[in-house]
Amino acid sequence: MSGTTTEKTLMKGNEAIAEAAIRAGCTAYFGYPITPQNELIAWMADRLIPMGRVFIQAESEVAAINMVFGAASAGKRAMTSSSSPGISLKQEGLSYSAGADLPLVYVNMVRGGPGLGSIAPAQSDFNQSTKGGGHGDYRVIVLAPASVQECADLTYLAFDLADKWRMPALILGDGVVGTMMEGVALPPMRDLSTLPDKSSWAVGEQYKTDRKSRHISSLDLVPAELEKKVFNRFERYAKMAAEETRFEAVECEDADVVIVAYGTSARVSLGAVQEARKQGLKIGLLRPITLFPFPSAELDRLAKAGKRFLCVEMSMGQMRDEIRLATHDRSEIGLIAHVGGVVPTEEEVFAEAKKMLAGGKK
Amino acid sequence: MKKIAGHPESLLNVQTKYCGGCGHGIIHRILCEVIDEMGLRTKTVITNPVGCAIWADLYFDTDTVQPAHGRTPAAATGIKRVLPDHLVICYQGDGDLAAIGTAEMVHAANRGEKFTTIFVNNAIYGMTGGQMAPTTLVGQKATTAPLGRDPDEAGMGYPIRVLEMLATLEGTRYLARGAVNNPGNVRKLKGYIRKALEAQMAGVGFTMVEVLSQCPTNWGMDPIKAVDWLENNMIPFYKLGEIKDGIEAAKAAIAQGGSK
Repeated sequence: MSGTTTEKTLMKGNEAIAEAAIRAGCTAYFGYPITPQNELIAWMADRLIPMGRVFIQAESEVAAINMVFGAASAGKRAMTSSSSPGISLKQEGLSYSAGADLPLVYVNMVRGGPGLGSIAPAQSDFNQSTKGGGHGDYRVIVLAPASVQECADLTYLAFDLADKWRMPALILGDGVVGTMMEGVALPPMRDLSTLPDKSSWAVGEQYKTDRKSRHISSLDLVPAELEKKVFNRFERYAKMAAEETRFEAVECEDADVVIVAYGTSARVSLGAVQEARKQGLKIGLLRPITLFPFPSAELDRLAKAGKRFLCVEMSMGQMRDEIRLATHDRSEIGLIAHVGGVVPTEEEVFAEAKKMLAGGKK
Repeated sequence: MKKIAGHPESLLNVQTKYCGGCGHGIIHRILCEVIDEMGLRTKTVITNPVGCAIWADLYFDTDTVQPAHGRTPAAATGIKRVLPDHLVICYQGDGDLAAIGTAEMVHAANRGEKFTTIFVNNAIYGMTGGQMAPTTLVGQKATTAPLGRDPDEAGMGYPIRVLEMLATLEGTRYLARGAVNNPGNVRKLKGYIRKALEAQMAGVGFTMVEVLSQCPTNWGMDPIKAVDWLENNMIPFYKLGEIKDGIEAAKAAIAQGGSK
């Protein structure tokens, strides 16, 4: 796997994420098997062990995220991956990581829930992903790839964003994104010596300078101090949102109805938009690439321009609520919601968008 | 002139929040003395538990990391794996290690993680105010075992001998149990800690030193009675000494290019 950025390789999404993480300088991976992300942990074992980097199959998702917590405390690029039930277990460690301002990357290949649910693709962890997920006030950066190429590109980016903003970054996919095969141009292998310098806050190697001892912790029993830390963190989130919001707009400017969908739902919806345009119907697609920060300003701009929206999601209106907030509830928002592993079809999305179009403005 | 006694450099010269008669202060001190004697203060990372020793980062003048309750062995795994030449010490109490963090502790031991656990066993939950611990003795009173621990009552079960359990795992190389109830035991304990930390730096595998420690506050007795209670009740059940010592065998295997 010494491919350059121009040579294309046929890979699964899970494999592309793993390989891109290695190329981004991930030197420590800790995971626990769960479907549908098993190709990812296997790829990591295959590649990291011979490279002399750290790979551990942990005894649980709880242990895996805390191993990441330790490695990240020491300033290393560290990662874990799982699927919905396992991600619930990781929420404890993620809350502690956010509270200790630790950069790390984790992957959730979402499956149908709640509970054991199914192993089929779903987007039902939207709220958990975008509102923090564990206890306390915090956020993580959420990147939602819709292709194998994006799996690689966004994973590579996730490590940089996590380091830059000192917070966890999440790659949010599902069983379709993780297991489909597509051509991918892999990013170049990062020279580890070029990674961001974390010697101003990480533990370890105290002997190299004469610095004071350091303590990585989320604990602060003085309410006013802890409040200040949380306030500062949310100021940082706001700055991050202003710089890092990403989305793709397809045929939105002249559209009367704009479909809003991410990941697998967006792939389906793109087919519906292409069919609509063939038939001369003014339907567009706004695909959030970052779910936190959410492209709220762009949605608000489209709402002010009189667009109506059709939210297509594999969850029970979780993202629709986010669109309502972004657009101040001033626009009609239709909803196609499938859950439990059911994926919307192109025909269904096209028919609903066409119906909205014919219905005109309310 | 050579200074042969004094306040350890690795231990900040501050008053601790520990109660009168608590064993944590002594354990902190001898641990820091060994770190100093090995010259490793600035090459040490200590992971704090959740429990009374949650304040350890106020006292240790080394780098520290504070993970979630019971997850210290997992976090210490992450740290030691990416900083293999550092001295990594996982400081845990009985609730942290033998209740909420049992899985993390057992599997870190089984993987043969090359950090050292200092396991402070005072047979009670201290910080939360005297609840039953996994190591509370049968008959010993706690706020959640008001009539004393009864293995057949309310799911209380039996006290866990952690080292004897871990001794069956091949990844464990050195397991020793000491106590801080009298000067003689403190001196022996310091020897166990030194042996464990030196074994860690030799890369032999998992090392743990359990320390029987007194908690006068939550045992409901004055400090003098507490050290006697430890002697007469804890030591008969939790035998002192080196429970497992595979250090030399592991060193020989490393020298022959075997198990690293």
